[in-house]
Amino acid sequence: MDADSATTRTPRRRVSLLGVLGELLLTAGVLVLLFIAWQNVFNSWVLNGQQNGAAAQLGKQWLEQSAPSSGSGSGSGAAGDSTTSVGPNADVPVESEPANLTAMAVMYVPRFGTDWKRTVREGTGLDVLNSSSAGVGHYAKTAMPGGVGNFAVAAHDTGYGSTFLHMQNLRLGDKIYVQTKDGFYTYAFRNYEYVQPTDVAVLDPVPKQQSAQASDRILTMTTCNPPYHTVERLISYAVLESFSKSAPAAIASEVG
Amino acid sequence: MYAALWRALPGPWWVRLLILLALLAVVLFVLFEWVFPWIDGYVGEGSQGTVGT
Repeated sequence: MDADSATTRTPRRRVSLLGVLGELLLTAGVLVLLFIAWQNVFNSWVLNGQQNGAAAQLGKQWLEQSAPSSGSGSGSGAAGDSTTSVGPNADVPVESEPANLTAMAVMYVPRFGTDWKRTVREGTGLDVLNSSSAGVGHYAKTAMPGGVGNFAVAAHDTGYGSTFLHMQNLRLGDKIYVQTKDGFYTYAFRNYEYVQPTDVAVLDPVPKQQSAQASDRILTMTTCNPPYHTVERLISYAVLESFSKSAPAAIASEVG
Repeated sequence: MYAALWRALPGPWWVRLLILLALLAVVLFVLFEWVFPWIDGYVGEGSQGTVGT
């Protein structure tokens, strides 16, 4: 290219190698920014809607299945419509752990948004956390909803539905509702913990107390911290308060 | 490059602008619908919000 020698005639028509290179680089930069916007805003927004819709459908389906059968099908120990408050020896139904990827629960957390709901699938792989029909994954071999020990789940904080983006908004006593085929488990938020990504002790039956004998029914939620970064994990602990066959009043309009 | 594209388009400036906007919309659609999901499979977030893995 002898572009520089051509400056004397019609400079507007000149196509210089450097100019094209610059435009290509600018285009590449815009594409990278677009991809980040797509990943964290657009795709997350789309997935949020899909995950919410899938959870609503599953929750409604379970509620309808349990209603007409009047308890005969769902072999639980809890009676009718009454709410079982949970003491140390409470009789709440606890399912056995299903196969990997099985949809096992629907979570409702009003603090994350009045219409926030997510399907919990077995396993914490990306095929669960990035799924358009799930978003929350259950740590294999931890307790099941309502079980004595630690019912532990994980989700992204940003991207892929931004499932646990608002986890740091939880306040003491905030309700976390977990629906299964059997009914609704109401957990109350207790405390946070910030840990290293390697700290699996938060999944222990008694979190961080490896040899302790579990007697409480804990729900543990893990996500990345700070938002948009992955250097730490934000852990939220909640304790089981009650179990009921029918939807608790606070989320009744969101279920069914 | 983009200047050449602008000159190659027919019509007055507002027609060229409309064509450019239409082209941009097509490019964005292809990127969002197919290209970015494909790239995402390779550069997807390594972290899963999980502990231990």
